[in-house]
Amino acid sequence: MADISDQPRETFRISMLLYDARYRSMTIQVVAAMLIMLFLAQLVDNTVTNLAALGKDISFSFLGSTAGYDINQQLIPFTSQDTHARAALVGILNTLLVAVLGCILATIIGVFAGVLRLSSNWLVARVMTVYVECMRNTPLLIWILIVFAVMTEATPQPRDFQEGGTASMILWDSVAISNRGVFMPLPIWGEGSGIVVAIFILSIIGIFVLRYVARKRQEDTGQQLPVLPLSLALFILPVTLAFFALGRPISLDYPVLGGFNFQGGLQVRNSFIALWLALSLYTSAFIAEIVRSGILAVSKGQTEAAFALGMQPNRTMQLIILPQALRVIIPPLISQFLNLTKNSSLALAVGYMDARSTLGGITVNQTGRELEGILLLGIFYLITSLIISSAMNFYNSGVKLKER
Amino acid sequence: MTKTVFIGALAVAGLTAGIASAQTLNDVQERGTLRCGSNEGLAGFAAPDANGNWEGFDVALCRAIAAAVLGDGQAVEFVPLTSQTRFTALAAGEVDVLVRNSTWTFTRDTDLALDFPAINYYDGQGFMVPRALGVSSATELDGATVCIQTGTTTELNLADYFRANGLNYEPVPVATNAEGQQQYLAGACDVYTTDISGLAATRATFEAPGDHVILPEVVSKEPLGPAVRHGDNDWGDIVRWTTHALIAAEEYGVTQANVAELAAAPTDNPEVNRLLGTEGELGAMIGLSADWAVQAISVGGNYGEIFEANIGESTAVGLARGLNAQWTEGGLMYGGPFR
Ligand SMILES: N[C@@H](CCC(=O)N[C@@H](CS)C(=O)NCC(=O)O)C(=O)O
Repeated sequence: MADISDQPRETFRISMLLYDARYRSMTIQVVAAMLIMLFLAQLVDNTVTNLAALGKDISFSFLGSTAGYDINQQLIPFTSQDTHARAALVGILNTLLVAVLGCILATIIGVFAGVLRLSSNWLVARVMTVYVECMRNTPLLIWILIVFAVMTEATPQPRDFQEGGTASMILWDSVAISNRGVFMPLPIWGEGSGIVVAIFILSIIGIFVLRYVARKRQEDTGQQLPVLPLSLALFILPVTLAFFALGRPISLDYPVLGGFNFQGGLQVRNSFIALWLALSLYTSAFIAEIVRSGILAVSKGQTEAAFALGMQPNRTMQLIILPQALRVIIPPLISQFLNLTKNSSLALAVGYMDARSTLGGITVNQTGRELEGILLLGIFYLITSLIISSAMNFYNSGVKLKER
Repeated sequence: MTKTVFIGALAVAGLTAGIASAQTLNDVQERGTLRCGSNEGLAGFAAPDANGNWEGFDVALCRAIAAAVLGDGQAVEFVPLTSQTRFTALAAGEVDVLVRNSTWTFTRDTDLALDFPAINYYDGQGFMVPRALGVSSATELDGATVCIQTGTTTELNLADYFRANGLNYEPVPVATNAEGQQQYLAGACDVYTTDISGLAATRATFEAPGDHVILPEVVSKEPLGPAVRHGDNDWGDIVRWTTHALIAAEEYGVTQANVAELAAAPTDNPEVNRLLGTEGELGAMIGLSADWAVQAISVGGNYGEIFEANIGESTAVGLARGLNAQWTEGGLMYGGPFR
């Protein structure tokens, strides 16, 4: 093959790294990469050297040693004889609990507040504006402390629930709201309770099937089925029948006052309530704004068209506006969920034993492993955030506009 | 090429980082003030008064150290630290010395890389309950809700004690003494537990101290004392011997009132002379002036005077000397020999 180019081959000179546009960007990138690596190396080395100067090393073996402290709220059994790793796990589960429940409650309140803020009722819209602005413009920590202070200072002590005391239980003597938390009945799952639960789940599935059938039928024949009464019947009857037929396998363990405190039942601690409510209320204000902007992003013509077809306003919202608004709403909603999860580390302020308080608090303190503990904590929050955002992205790709 | 730069960077960083520790004394003298890690406020031990002046039993030790080193008991900057942050702050060099009801333990001394050069209060952990509960012994506390400060020996002792005695309890973690006090008074916990001295100090600030009892059980040993970073032994020596100077001063009858007079000319007690620098060169041996101990004692008096003025039986805190009496009186306070 003949050589088509008869130009002399250009020789490479060092100065071309800087003056030749073909190489310059490469040079800049290499230099930047080297600087970053230098910086990181300096950081790591500085840490290691300074730790060594303090007589400390980096080691994660503390995770396997006995924790020695107790944790009040535990979703899995934990005693002071368990390891620091298990204490961290207890804390992590507590973080996840408050984060999941917080995201759910925040979304519910947020959607309501966002929709109501657009209400044509002047008063409702104004009240919601005030709510959103108050929540958004004050620090979260303040709300956590306010809710906690109200829960501990304004509620009676367990002692006051004694015979002749100043406080009494509510809801037919089943729930006690005290300054140590809310005590409520706990279901005890006896023999045969599995069947009852299974029947309950089956009836829920039945309700969905019923709705599907009813819609099909309406589309085909135009006849409507009485969906609501039928669903209610499905919801209540089979379960009740099974419950009594199997001899009441599920019973309730009521909290009763004994000794220093209520015994039995389920204790929802004030620290949890304060953190959960405050996180939800605070985040709901941001979600409300996201929902509002999502709704406003749907062209007014859509509403007008729906009205022209004779649709009721609430059905218009449900069937026309919200599904389209969701596309705008989901992406910023993800970041609110991430915020809520990370903000839950303020748990420390009210003594809620989350991952920050166990792993990043007591464990770090008792073992002196600040660097290791905080590093692990950071990794935990990072992984949690990545999981949340990928789950939400997955959902988002389901609802987003499908271009065909 | 990148690799060589990398290794070069490592070497340079290694050189710059190595020169830490072993110069706290220089730092303090250059700065002109002593940074002392203290409580966020525990009556009698360390709390700012109405004018913002810190005072208390632990504060007095800080001031004595400042006087010994700088010749001025007021040249102290108090840094309030929570039980969770105190050791990190000390290790990071934010404070020069930590005098904050801190217990000397094996782990803190070794693994946390601290040193506890001296003990200024022998304490133990106890329980405080409202008198109305009618509890007279800690063994009756089964099922109780207990407020504890996190990051303390208290929370570990508590877990041990209740487990060893087969009792159940619900821990309520609090970050500071003030928070614990508020929770306890609101009845959110039945029991408040910490060092007995801390309980007495906390109770002294209640509206009705008489409504609360400290149970007789002492469930742990809590030798409290100043802490410094491990590795700077010169600085550790200064803290140790200043504390011992105050203790020895009480034993030899050197007080705030007579220290100037005793230091004016050698007395016929050679131990006092060496302590006060009128004989020998003890000051120079720890890098301080000859009258370092005179300065330290002048600020708040000797150990006994500091005790009586801040937490003694005549004060609201009302602690008896007990274990903290001089060894000559059956206590554990034993100032080292000054020679
Ligand atoms: N001696 C224990 C407990 C120290 C401690 O935190 N003491 C409490 C009460 S005695 C305190 O000083 N609190 C004051 C504050 O929170 O500022 C330890 O070293 O772990």
